[in-house]
Amino acid sequence: MKKLSARRRHPLAAVVVLLLALACTGGLYAVFAPADKAQAEESAQSLTIEEGKKLYAVGCASCHGTGGQGTSDGPSLVGVGAAAVDFQVSTGRMPAATSQGAQVPKKKNIYSQAEIDQLAAFIASLGAGPSVPTEEQYGPEGADIAKGGELFRNNCAQCHNFTGKGGALTKGKYAPSLEDVDPKHIYEAMQTGPQNMPSFPDTTLSEQNKKDIIAYLHAVNSDETVNPGGLELGGLGPVSEGLFAWIFGLGGLIAVAVWVAARTAKAKKS
Amino acid sequence: MSSQEIPEENLPAEQDAHVAVADEKNPFADPGLPPHEHRIQDIDERAARRSERTVALLFTVSMLATVGFIASYVAIPHDKSVFVFPIGHLNALNFALGLTLGTALFCIGAGAVHWARTLMSDVEVADDRHAIAAEPEVKAKVMADFRQGAKESAIGRRKLIRNTMLGALTLVPLSGVVLLRDLGPLPGTKLRHTLWSKGKLLVNMNTNEPLRPSDVAVGSLTFAKPEGLEEHDHDFQNEIAKAALMIVRLQPDDIKDKRELEWSHEGIVAYSKICTHVGCPISLYEQQTHHVLCPCHQSTFDLSDGARVIFGPAGHALPQLRIGVNDEGYLEALGDFDEPVGPAFWERG
Repeated sequence: MKKLSARRRHPLAAVVVLLLALACTGGLYAVFAPADKAQAEESAQSLTIEEGKKLYAVGCASCHGTGGQGTSDGPSLVGVGAAAVDFQVSTGRMPAATSQGAQVPKKKNIYSQAEIDQLAAFIASLGAGPSVPTEEQYGPEGADIAKGGELFRNNCAQCHNFTGKGGALTKGKYAPSLEDVDPKHIYEAMQTGPQNMPSFPDTTLSEQNKKDIIAYLHAVNSDETVNPGGLELGGLGPVSEGLFAWIFGLGGLIAVAVWVAARTAKAKKS
Repeated sequence: MSSQEIPEENLPAEQDAHVAVADEKNPFADPGLPPHEHRIQDIDERAARRSERTVALLFTVSMLATVGFIASYVAIPHDKSVFVFPIGHLNALNFALGLTLGTALFCIGAGAVHWARTLMSDVEVADDRHAIAAEPEVKAKVMADFRQGAKESAIGRRKLIRNTMLGALTLVPLSGVVLLRDLGPLPGTKLRHTLWSKGKLLVNMNTNEPLRPSDVAVGSLTFAKPEGLEEHDHDFQNEIAKAALMIVRLQPDDIKDKRELEWSHEGIVAYSKICTHVGCPISLYEQQTHHVLCPCHQSTFDLSDGARVIFGPAGHALPQLRIGVNDEGYLEALGDFDEPVGPAFWERG
């Protein structure tokens, strides 16, 4: 406290106070602003689309074009459907900071669910595409975990690893880890194929197949997963486990041997 | 072991008996072994007792750990989970068995090492080397015995016995050579043919239903097997290892290779899923670049350009399967692959 009062006459004190005040105001706005937007949810479908269009013009149009037709910086959004919008915006991938990187990373979502629904409604109005899945479609009821594992290993494991730990692709691209990803987002990703991921539409990977895969991922890669071995070491299997055994197991034995040999048993220490 | 009560600083330096003295013939004298140093256990019986107790304690801990191992095996249910810092949640039985067995083995080793270091004799011992060759008399005796034996066996006189024995010894290794036949037979044309043939439907491996062109969306990835091959067939693994198919759909304008376009159907192309390097299942497909990457050695193929190799150790492009649509609107193969799938082999050509 003394330190603080001693510095109140510092030339920069006014600047610090001003910055704090600005941060407070911004924070309060962020907390209360969504409450106003939430009311829009209750209005009619056309109004939702209208709201979505406004949000689109602010956050998306610079890359995807004013009518969603796409530009050199972003692909066309006609026909991608509400599911794609819900996935991209809810996981914070869109709006992207730049289209130049190898891959748009997951980041903090800056939109409320109501805003995302408005954006999704607007994009869906541009052309028919997959809609946002319901709890019934991705929930755990009636899912076959064993079948899901088989499907996952056949369709997904080549990029995402056998238990969904993720993996590297070419030129800085990567398949992200699926640990604790919202089941809805996994479903949407399979349906729409975000970025370089191929899509797995219902015609080739049925709704039931998707449900099974999500149940499998929940069983092997979520905070409720019990791993009989403890440390997973990246879920890579014998590669990382062998390396661990060689370095720490053998290294520990060598350390003990060195410790034993470094101490003399003689009464007269030389 | 001695139990004299002498302070360690005043221990007598034991002189080695073999110390040579430098003289004119041998100016570099053998300095011999340094004087033997005693351990505290050699001069203090109480310290020796302490060491004895430590060794016994380690062996006793090992015994208890083995009892603990058996008790854990009997008492802990195999599906019980436990939290252990810093490893996290793990199977309680695995952890208990590993910990007790590890302790039991480690304590036996640690006890043995401590015993050897503190109580067993540590006096340095010198031993002279002896010539390896035998004495001439011994050599002469052995040779004489051998000649005597050969004479008594009459191997030089009874030629029939000698010759048949040589024959038997020569033929016996042939049985081993004949068994090498089990490495064969040669694969013949097996590597050149797969189950695909004209008119076979492309069956979706996820749903086990034949595929229609409308099922396959642009940017999607589907795996297919030939019609009639079921997972419970006894030769399923052998057949799918050659016939596995990767189906993607491109915009026909994006296809650069003329033959690829010709062999596709409305932009749907079917390629072998087996890498041409060492045969890994290759399916890390990037739908925007149309590149497919092999997880084993990073060979990369461009599916929009005849699956040409653009990176990595693979020697040739992925074989493409020529496809079309039958009267009922299902995707079908228009023949087998026109080249062997998978890695190259000696006679591949």
